[in-house]
Amino acid sequence: MKRKPLQWAALVLSTMILSIALSSCGVKDSTIQEKITEAAKNTPELSNITSTVKDGVVTLTGEVKDDAAKAASEAAIKAIKGVKSVENNITVTPPPPPPPATPVVSAVDEALGKGVTDATKDFPSVKAAVKDGVITLTGEIKKSSLPKLMQTLNSLKPTKIDNQLTVK
Amino acid sequence: MALQDKYKELIDTANASGVTNLQVAETDGVLHIDGEAPSGAIKDKLWDLYGKIDPNFKAGDLIMNVDVAAAAAGTKATVTTESTDLNIRKGPGTDQPIVGKAGHLSTVTLISKTNDQWWLVKTDAGVEGYAYAQYITPKA
Repeated sequence: MKRKPLQWAALVLSTMILSIALSSCGVKDSTIQEKITEAAKNTPELSNITSTVKDGVVTLTGEVKDDAAKAASEAAIKAIKGVKSVENNITVTPPPPPPPATPVVSAVDEALGKGVTDATKDFPSVKAAVKDGVITLTGEIKKSSLPKLMQTLNSLKPTKIDNQLTVK
Repeated sequence: MALQDKYKELIDTANASGVTNLQVAETDGVLHIDGEAPSGAIKDKLWDLYGKIDPNFKAGDLIMNVDVAAAAAGTKATVTTESTDLNIRKGPGTDQPIVGKAGHLSTVTLISKTNDQWWLVKTDAGVEGYAYAQYITPKA
């Protein structure tokens, strides 16, 4: 049977397409699975995801914290050579609400603050603040009273005393 | 180590003056000196030195907690307020209710030391309560 040139061209083209299709089909599921394992090492979103591969179709299951992670997981899998499609069964579980904020005043600061209140009671021109074990002094004080106040504050065992007092 | 050099005279004096349980440690740029002075005079001497090395205690690089060895219970002490009467309170804290007063320069009897700030005392009038340690000076 004599073929026309156009028919030849069509045959060559279809053979090429077929060979490309065959080559992509040729990636074994086990190879894809290996690639996924490799990708998981570099993609934190995939760390809690389980994947199964069948005939080039990857099914993803597991939990992620948001939609972005779900999409990122799918994208990472799609980028692997030989993957025909991705069945994305990943569920999005929002992270639990953050634990209640820790009190601003630590127990140490509370005890220290009480001692500082007692110590500065008789020095109304002195203002004292306590944070992270550090006593910060502002205001003014008579020079003769300063050692007495400092001795008492030192005995409270603070981490540090930041003395910004104006000494008169 | 630089801080120990800065306050070397103070540390040496503390050692020479018989301060016991002397501990010198530097943490986060602050030198902590703890110990127990044999008398109030020694404590005053150390504080004079501290004030000489760091005038007005502005540097914020030393916490000196040198306590005077606790006076024995039953010791008499003088109320050394500036001029006013000393509040005697129900508990150790200025948030505690006042149960009585001890007159300026009057004598109280020490019952027990609660902490570095508060003493349980008994006044001449027989009122028992807590007084701020800064304002009572044990008699020698």
